[in-house]
Amino acid sequence: METDRIEKRVLLRAPRSKVWRALADSTAFGEWFGVTFAEPFVPGARLSGKVTLKGYEHLPFEITIERMEPERLFSWRWHPYAIDPKVDYSGEPTTLVVFELEETAEGTLLTVVESGFDGIPLARRLDAYRGNEKGWATQVKAIERYVGQTS
Amino acid sequence: MSARQAKRELGRSALIFAALGDRNRLLIIARLSSEGPLSISRLTHGGSVTRQAVTKHLHVLANAGLAGSSKSGRESVWQLEPEPLDAARRCLDSISVQWDAALNRLKTFVER
Repeated sequence: METDRIEKRVLLRAPRSKVWRALADSTAFGEWFGVTFAEPFVPGARLSGKVTLKGYEHLPFEITIERMEPERLFSWRWHPYAIDPKVDYSGEPTTLVVFELEETAEGTLLTVVESGFDGIPLARRLDAYRGNEKGWATQVKAIERYVGQTS
Repeated sequence: MSARQAKRELGRSALIFAALGDRNRLLIIARLSSEGPLSISRLTHGGSVTRQAVTKHLHVLANAGLAGSSKSGRESVWQLEPEPLDAARRCLDSISVQWDAALNRLKTFVER
């Protein structure tokens, strides 16, 4: 059972240069991804954006750009389950997102791979999936409290 | 959810609650959670509960789908398994759906 990575492929009926701009230009990227950035994407840069998707506006959005090979590859790292604005995720492992572009007769074939999920603490993944109140980590803490009280 | 599914879910929940309704089993869950997979000897060591009792408790937890065992050499190692793994998979699915939505927006963005 694959739990470490997600892979997506999509054929975009647009020239490779246009797809590259939509990825590598932080303003264009933000438009479809749903986030606004004040700075440009540069390899090694750490950017904080503001989420513009309805219902997610309170979330922090931080990415660190890894590689930018024009019209071929764009990659960055982030904290995939950073859903609690009160938690500092900076010390936790990140996942790597890699976009690869390939020119085809019909347009541009884009492959997106996000990997490294197995490095994220399971409790965090469960909390993110179920909401903070019901996660295993929370449940177990409640159990520990209960057990501590009754011993 | 169909009535039959709902009934099955309820039955499963009842098993889970029954399994959790015992202080020694809660202790075992807490230890498996904080220390990771453990053998029965490790679980018995330092406690006031006998090896036979620990084994019995583990089987109750397994029956409710809360814990599972795998062989490691001559010993069985127990862990909190099916639920978290299942949830990990569902978690990845939810991220996967978010990527589908994002890539659809990208498609609209570059093809317009």
